Amino acid sequence: MELKELIQQKLKDNFTEASFEFSEFRNELSVKLNKKYILQVCKFLKENSDLEFLLCEDITAVDWATRKNRFTVVYHIFSIKNNFRLVLKSDVDESESIIDSVSSVWKTSDWQERECYDMYGIRFNNHPDLRRIYMPEEFEYHPLRKDFPLMGIPGSLPLPKK
Amino acid sequence: MGLEAKLNGDGFFVTKIEAIINWARKNSVYPMPMGISCCAIEMMASADPKYDIARFGSEVMRFTPRQCDLMIVAGTVTYKMSHVVKKIYDQMPDPKWVIAMGACTSTGGMYRSYSVVQGIDQFLPVDVYVAGCPPRPDNLLNALIHIQDKIGKTRPKDFQNLKLPELNVIQNN
Ligand code: SF4
Repeated sequence: MELKELIQQKLKDNFTEASFEFSEFRNELSVKLNKKYILQVCKFLKENSDLEFLLCEDITAVDWATRKNRFTVVYHIFSIKNNFRLVLKSDVDESESIIDSVSSVWKTSDWQERECYDMYGIRFNNHPDLRRIYMPEEFEYHPLRKDFPLMGIPGSLPLPKK
Repeated sequence: MGLEAKLNGDGFFVTKIEAIINWARKNSVYPMPMGISCCAIEMMASADPKYDIARFGSEVMRFTPRQCDLMIVAGTVTYKMSHVVKKIYDQMPDPKWVIAMGACTSTGGMYRSYSVVQGIDQFLPVDVYVAGCPPRPDNLLNALIHIQDKIGKTRPKDFQNLKLPELNVIQNN
């Protein structure tokens, strides 16, 4: 069986109650899932001996501004064993922009989630140290949100005195 | 050798303290290499044998601000970094000068965004701006020559009543 089909099959078999949406773009498979399952699915993808997605390349988010579920959190993971890249996506609403942290699965995702929190204000459940990573800690805004002006908010970032 | 060989007895010459201090000072400018991003590579190139900043007596790049009198800010200064730059500047002993090297440092350059300070003159007194992205090493040397000119013109009273120095803009030519 081809790897893409295998992944779809395995996900469907192991998470019968979760509804996955599979799509393909430029020969890359992406899976859309409910944010409830993200931690279990990640754990499964990493630990299954046929898949072994050992590498979490990136975690980021998309701000759709006007959509009902405003944010989509995107995970790029890679299987060294199969030389295969997979994209996981999960919608998060603005009113409760919180999703389970996968830092217990991949240690690297610690900082990636901190970046995501810094830039979009999405909080991660059970994250060991959810602080801003780029912006100063007392900064109040989330710069990659669509409603944040490109030139920033005057006075929000203090400069040293002349 | 030369002049000395011609001397019969002890030689002397008359000058002003001011002139000799300025002469010594301007030919031994110690730069503080504040290399924050890509411009720093060109700053390093200006110290190599081809451009050789040592010809101007400035090869002693000190990595401690306490021994420097010229700060070369080479790179993109973000708001977060600005406090560090200012702190290092404050640690340099007076008299001190600043070169804003590159488009980013002078104006924010191509980073017209929320995180980058749009010109370090918002928090530092800049003496010479160097245009270019990155400026060529010879352009940096040109800036150094401008600084030397400026040092040559300083008078003791300039330090008694420290104010913002006059700004000096160099075109990339
Ligand atoms: S001016 Fe250009 S070379 Fe210099 S720091 Fe900015 S981007 Fe880099």
